[in-house]
Amino acid sequence: MWGSRKLISSGSRFLGVRRSGCRVAQADCPRSTASAGLEIGKSKILCLVRAHFRVRRWNFVAVPSHGRRVYSENQLSWTLPIKPWIFSEYRIMWFKSCKMTFVCFNRMKSYRYPWTRLYSTSGTTVDSSEVKTFLALAHRWWDEQGVYAPLHSMNDLRVPFIRDNLLKTVANHQPGKPLSGMKILDVGCGGGLLTEPLGRLGASVIGIDPVAENIETAQRHKSFDPVLDKRIEYRACALEEIVEETAETFDAVIASEVVEHVTDLETFIQCCWQVLKPGASLFITTINKTQLSYALGIVFAEQIAGIVPKGTHTWEKFVSPEMLESILESNGLSVQTVAGMFYNPFSRYWHWSENTSLNYAAHAVKSGAQEHQVPAESVLKEETEELQATASTIAGVREEVKK
Amino acid sequence: MYDSPPFMQPPILPAQGGKNRFLIGLFSSHVLVPVLRWRLKLQVIGGLCSGSASSGGPSGAPSAAQLGTMAARLAVSRWVAARAAARRGPLVSCWRWSSAVADTVYDVVVSGGGLVGAAMACALGYDVHFCDKKILLLEVGPKKVLEKLPETYSNRVSSISPGSATLLSSFGAWDHICNMRYRAFRRMQVWDACSEALIVFDKDNLDDMGYIVENDVIMHALTKQLEAVSDRVTVLYRSKAVGYTWPYSFPMADSSPWVQITLGDGSTLQTKLLIGADGHNSGVRQAAGIQNVSWNYDQSAVVATLHLSEATENNVAWQRFLPSGPIALLPLSDTLSSLVWSTSHEHAAELVSMDEEKFVDAINSAFWSDVNHTDFIDSAGTMLHYAIAFLKPTKVSARQLPPSVARVDAKSRALFPLGLGHAAEYVRPRLALIGDAAHRVHPLAGQGVNMGFGDISSLVHHLSTAAFNGKDLGSMSHLTGYETDRQRHNTALLAATDVLKRLYSTNATPLVLLRTWGLQATNAVSPLKEQIMAFASK
Repeated sequence: MWGSRKLISSGSRFLGVRRSGCRVAQADCPRSTASAGLEIGKSKILCLVRAHFRVRRWNFVAVPSHGRRVYSENQLSWTLPIKPWIFSEYRIMWFKSCKMTFVCFNRMKSYRYPWTRLYSTSGTTVDSSEVKTFLALAHRWWDEQGVYAPLHSMNDLRVPFIRDNLLKTVANHQPGKPLSGMKILDVGCGGGLLTEPLGRLGASVIGIDPVAENIETAQRHKSFDPVLDKRIEYRACALEEIVEETAETFDAVIASEVVEHVTDLETFIQCCWQVLKPGASLFITTINKTQLSYALGIVFAEQIAGIVPKGTHTWEKFVSPEMLESILESNGLSVQTVAGMFYNPFSRYWHWSENTSLNYAAHAVKSGAQEHQVPAESVLKEETEELQATASTIAGVREEVKK
Repeated sequence: MYDSPPFMQPPILPAQGGKNRFLIGLFSSHVLVPVLRWRLKLQVIGGLCSGSASSGGPSGAPSAAQLGTMAARLAVSRWVAARAAARRGPLVSCWRWSSAVADTVYDVVVSGGGLVGAAMACALGYDVHFCDKKILLLEVGPKKVLEKLPETYSNRVSSISPGSATLLSSFGAWDHICNMRYRAFRRMQVWDACSEALIVFDKDNLDDMGYIVENDVIMHALTKQLEAVSDRVTVLYRSKAVGYTWPYSFPMADSSPWVQITLGDGSTLQTKLLIGADGHNSGVRQAAGIQNVSWNYDQSAVVATLHLSEATENNVAWQRFLPSGPIALLPLSDTLSSLVWSTSHEHAAELVSMDEEKFVDAINSAFWSDVNHTDFIDSAGTMLHYAIAFLKPTKVSARQLPPSVARVDAKSRALFPLGLGHAAEYVRPRLALIGDAAHRVHPLAGQGVNMGFGDISSLVHHLSTAAFNGKDLGSMSHLTGYETDRQRHNTALLAATDVLKRLYSTNATPLVLLRTWGLQATNAVSPLKEQIMAFASK
């Protein structure tokens, strides 16, 4: 769904341009799920066309006219049935540039569910080769000194990052359970390494992972702790499968060390957008796509030092912060923070760093419902003013007539 | 009249190279290996040993490679023993846990309700990040209720440093102590029996250097604070833990990841973190198989409550090093002081059983008599004294005499044996040792309980941060942080105390000369004294 265009007609000249642009793009359409990431990486072209809205700043998403658009195989294209008199309920933003085509569109809540129905749920973001890699290590999650030691150690950075950014959104919190009352989704939770700390902090967490063995390990591990047992729920599924039932229910979605394993980042981010409440946060930690990350992250970490099991990462699927930022922005998530992280393999501790060329963490916020009200009000105000103006002139005319 | 000459007992720090090599390895393994505990690759230990001499390893030690291999061998043997020990619950026959049991899982269980154990439970109970956690304190003895403060002072007192007082006030126990009774002291004079050398510690701005508080008063204050927070901290009196079952370090299929504790009445508890605060004969430490370096001093300490001849301001702590052991007078009130006299076992038994007048005479002569002085040492000391006076004419500290003792409280004389102990590891997965379970020291420096309170500050800080980060409380990542912090501090203090004890246990002229000059020189160098005071008052 997100791959398809929503065409807004309000002027035929735009329509002409857009339609032709669309056809060209579809002709170019590449597409195997695995190579999508490759193309994104290679050409740094952003997928376009979403419903999204922002009041304070214009959201520019550039698609060079010569560029290629990337669509998932299973996406359907359709046009939203727009009736002219509903226009006022929609906030529309136009981006124009001689060479680029911009479309931005906001959808109202009432139209969200029809879209989800049309959305394909056949595991578009899960890569089966990745599944195989993680299957082999499914029982090793909770050995703190074992294969996953760096991930255990990363909790020292990512849990405070998540906790502090979520606490900013609440006025006061319960000491001892700072995140109580929050619903969090941990996508790609693995063995529950990040899910459990968040559960201990009081949040109710749902952890999902496509590898069923991981979920089993996670279930078993949390079953010993009665408090966590109640607060955490695990499901073996992909994100797309739960988008329908959990639309707009989460205060935070966390995709830690996940986006470098998905097949279609665009789809993934769109699903995240869907399940987030307005004003909710999305947290992503991943690896940058640079020469340094190849040298250190793949050659050194996997092949030489064995810090990360071989075959865990493929460099082509790494995502740079700029790419991630643009995908997030084009999908209605405003990026608040991007911070670099650095792992010292000797001390086995992670550190925050200015440099994002290896690992980095990003925090984005879904634009809230309140922000959408203002332009609507301004549009309505203009209309009411017009009506009042006409009413007053009519009244004036009547008085004159009476006189 | 001391029993064993110093060279018969193995020193901690190397006096000479060859024959103490094993102990150097043992000592450095206490510091280096626990710090490197989870990098048990031999080459790493060897490599890092040569590079990290700063972490407490003695200077002038034999070659780093030998040190490294020594430490590595010990590390491997201990690691193997630890893995084996981790499987054993030595006193409990059935040690494989079935998943059917649903006991409450406590977050923290503190085993041992003495000064340090109760303070630990209190500190956790009042910590803001432990609001919804379950804490349990296990105490073997009955609950001690103190309705009214007795007129007579107890003979067991502790010297509380300002750092410990800060900890106690952080959970409100210090206010109770202030409302009961305590005595602040502003100066400390330490001098030798064999010479005129002395050292005086005081703070320039006349702040309190420390406080003398009876142990019963501290215990009562802690009990009151525990009662106030009883929704979070449960205290089980008269409960003795008879067995412990440690979890596997690697989570196995259906075995519980928590520590199982079996009590004397047969009930079992589970906990995510067990804190052992059960004294120098710690059952927790023995059950965990943690190696403990310890030896007994052939000294016992005699304690008593003394009445002074005349009421004085009494805000000075006095300590004199006799060849048989140090004697200390600690102020309790204007007319009362507490005695701590460490001496040989026989002499201590004599002192406790002799009649009061002879006892009082013995005390007075111990403080006042100059029978151990020799001319040679006197003249050598005077020489250095003039030299210092020449270089630093402003500061001249004359030796003062402590107040004389008139009588002793009946039935207040008691004795207890002394020794030194240090656990090789303070932490294991889901286990931490604090207080005397981790370290036992000679009372000559008045640091025993202060080291325990320092352990509490550090451990509570680490656990609080871990709880705020949602971490599993028994995880080694923050427990090793506590261990590194405290082992560095405690090892230095233990070593220094032991060296002082041995140095001052002799009459031999060269050592007396050495310590006379050393003491005079240290007294003359104010920054050095300030450093010592700062270290001891943490």
